[in-house]
Amino acid sequence: MLTLNHYLALSAILFCIGIYGVLTRRNAIGILMSIELLFNAANINFIAFSKFITPQALTGQIFAVFVITIAAAEATVGLAIVILIYRHHKEINVDKINIMKW
Amino acid sequence: MVVTLKNIFHSLLFLVLCFFSIAGIYVLLNAEFLAAVQVLIYVGAVTVLLLFAIMMTAQIYSPSLRQTNEQVIPGLIIVLVLLVTTLFILGKTAWKISSKMPEAQSTVGIGKSLLTIYVLPFEVVSVVLITALIGAIIIARKD
Repeated sequence: MLTLNHYLALSAILFCIGIYGVLTRRNAIGILMSIELLFNAANINFIAFSKFITPQALTGQIFAVFVITIAAAEATVGLAIVILIYRHHKEINVDKINIMKW
Repeated sequence: MVVTLKNIFHSLLFLVLCFFSIAGIYVLLNAEFLAAVQVLIYVGAVTVLLLFAIMMTAQIYSPSLRQTNEQVIPGLIIVLVLLVTTLFILGKTAWKISSKMPEAQSTVGIGKSLLTIYVLPFEVVSVVLITALIGAIIIARKD
């Protein structure tokens, strides 16, 4: 039988993998993919708490719906920015893009 | 796999596999509606968006190119410390586990709550979505 701690541990591991991806990827699209992993880890937490702590109220699942919506919006805007940067610089490796550093 | 593979197209395919597994976990957690939404939005929409972006920025993802920056070792250390701390805290916390059984059909409950108690956040999130859509179009437009 799976308990709450199993789901929370899975979510923590997924979150850490996502953080590692954000920290080490050079490609901007790779960073966006890692951010999607972070959102999914948060969603697993929401739904696990919703099932195990408050089974009668569906608050966690409704919050997960909102998080999925925001994640979709974030992916859209992020990819638009990536494509704009690519069109201007022919480059999407984020360690080469330093026009905002000064 | 998603964060370490050199070919970003392969890592996108592994991301799809990861999304499907998470949908399966949602089914295990009595959230059938969210599993369906996960498959539709992530596997359907977000993946296609990422695929388009990868295709439009071609020759960037040639396998010979280095995909990680020079922060691999510090990043690994930070992530491991974070993981150990989180698991330690998770192991020590005593959650108030409810003994009631969850409802069999969560979709009905989600629909009712979205249009009664949570109707204001529901509308606000739709406004946020359309704002992001318009913003993305304006940003990516040729000028």
